[in-house]
Amino acid sequence: MKLGVLFSGGKDSTFACWKAMQQEEVVCLITVISRNPESYMFHTPNIRLAALQAEAAGLPLVEVETAGEKEEELLDLKQALLAARERFGIEGVVTGAVLSVYQAARVQRVCRELDLWCFNPLWSPDQEAYMEELIDAGFRVIIVGVFSSPFDASWLGREIDRRTLDELREIARKYRITLTGEGGEFETFVVDAPIFSRRIAIEEASRDYRNYNGVLRIERAGLVAK
Amino acid sequence: MILVVDLCYRDGSLSRDEFVGPVERLLRKNGAPFTVRHYTAVGAPEVEAADAAFLSGTALKDTGFAGHPERFRWLLSFERPVLGISSGMRALAAAFGAGTEPCCEIGMTDVEVLAPDPLFAGEEGFPAYELHEYAVRVPDTFVSLAASDRCVQAIRHRSLPLYGLLFHPEARNEWIIERFLGLVETARHRP
Repeated sequence: MKLGVLFSGGKDSTFACWKAMQQEEVVCLITVISRNPESYMFHTPNIRLAALQAEAAGLPLVEVETAGEKEEELLDLKQALLAARERFGIEGVVTGAVLSVYQAARVQRVCRELDLWCFNPLWSPDQEAYMEELIDAGFRVIIVGVFSSPFDASWLGREIDRRTLDELREIARKYRITLTGEGGEFETFVVDAPIFSRRIAIEEASRDYRNYNGVLRIERAGLVAK
Repeated sequence: MILVVDLCYRDGSLSRDEFVGPVERLLRKNGAPFTVRHYTAVGAPEVEAADAAFLSGTALKDTGFAGHPERFRWLLSFERPVLGISSGMRALAAAFGAGTEPCCEIGMTDVEVLAPDPLFAGEEGFPAYELHEYAVRVPDTFVSLAASDRCVQAIRHRSLPLYGLLFHPEARNEWIIERFLGLVETARHRP
């Protein structure tokens, strides 16, 4: 089955893409760029670097911009899926939805309207096992956004390796947040993955942090040999 | 041993982690030993060895299982606890002769409890995650336990612990699966 992956460049959509590639034929990545920083559906820091990640994965990228108005962005998603079907013949869509019923249900509805299959290989997982598998499989993931206590500025740019995972585990237990950051506590960016033939090298980045809210903006990045 | 039947479009499919994975996670969490079989690979030894069964959901477009009613005939004489989830409810009802009717629900829906049952005891209603294109017509040998404003959401056999849920308890109502495991435990110790 030819599939398009809804791709944000974070760990969940990249991992979902890797899972999908093991079972079906992934023919493109699909990115919806929201101009609204409050968008529940699509906003994520560094979304413009999805093109570089797509290049690393050797997959074409279908990119659609949206103003990010609450229900209208679903029309933009629909346009993106239609474009992916027209250009690459997708028969289904893969998402990295983990726990968000809000996101999952909306994508399911759009897929139904377009008669597309919808796959959520990360849905309602054992979060501990997921994070372990992510590291074991060779994903290199950095934290590029923090949006809750106790994450201070030092978390921006940190790689989620075993040591960081131990700390996240402790924080998740103590502060009752999800280990995967699914509640929006932190956002991630994948610099290397089993599906990348080259890895991303961040050449320049800036931090914007205030009161447990911050993002690492990747200003310049390139692809280098692994 | 609990038998988890994977109803997805093929063995080891991309849908497996979405519809079978969460059930596996909850069984592990509750210390319930289980084995998973694709619906095309359920044979007499698995059925014989199982003291309960789960029938998984599937993707919205995935109706392949419905074209193989012969694969679910074992449910007619199983007599031990069964929990059919969404497509699993459809397969259970079909085994007992019931058809379907179009009723698409996607996302959270309010479910109202209609009849007393240990599965929902103490609950008048709850929000549940839905992902289905069809609802089932309730077989004569079953009773309706719960409904949304659109269709029947839960059924139980009149004399056997065979349950069907149209919504997905593994996504937002894990307590229902835990209660079902309690029923499995009770049935296991019954002489």
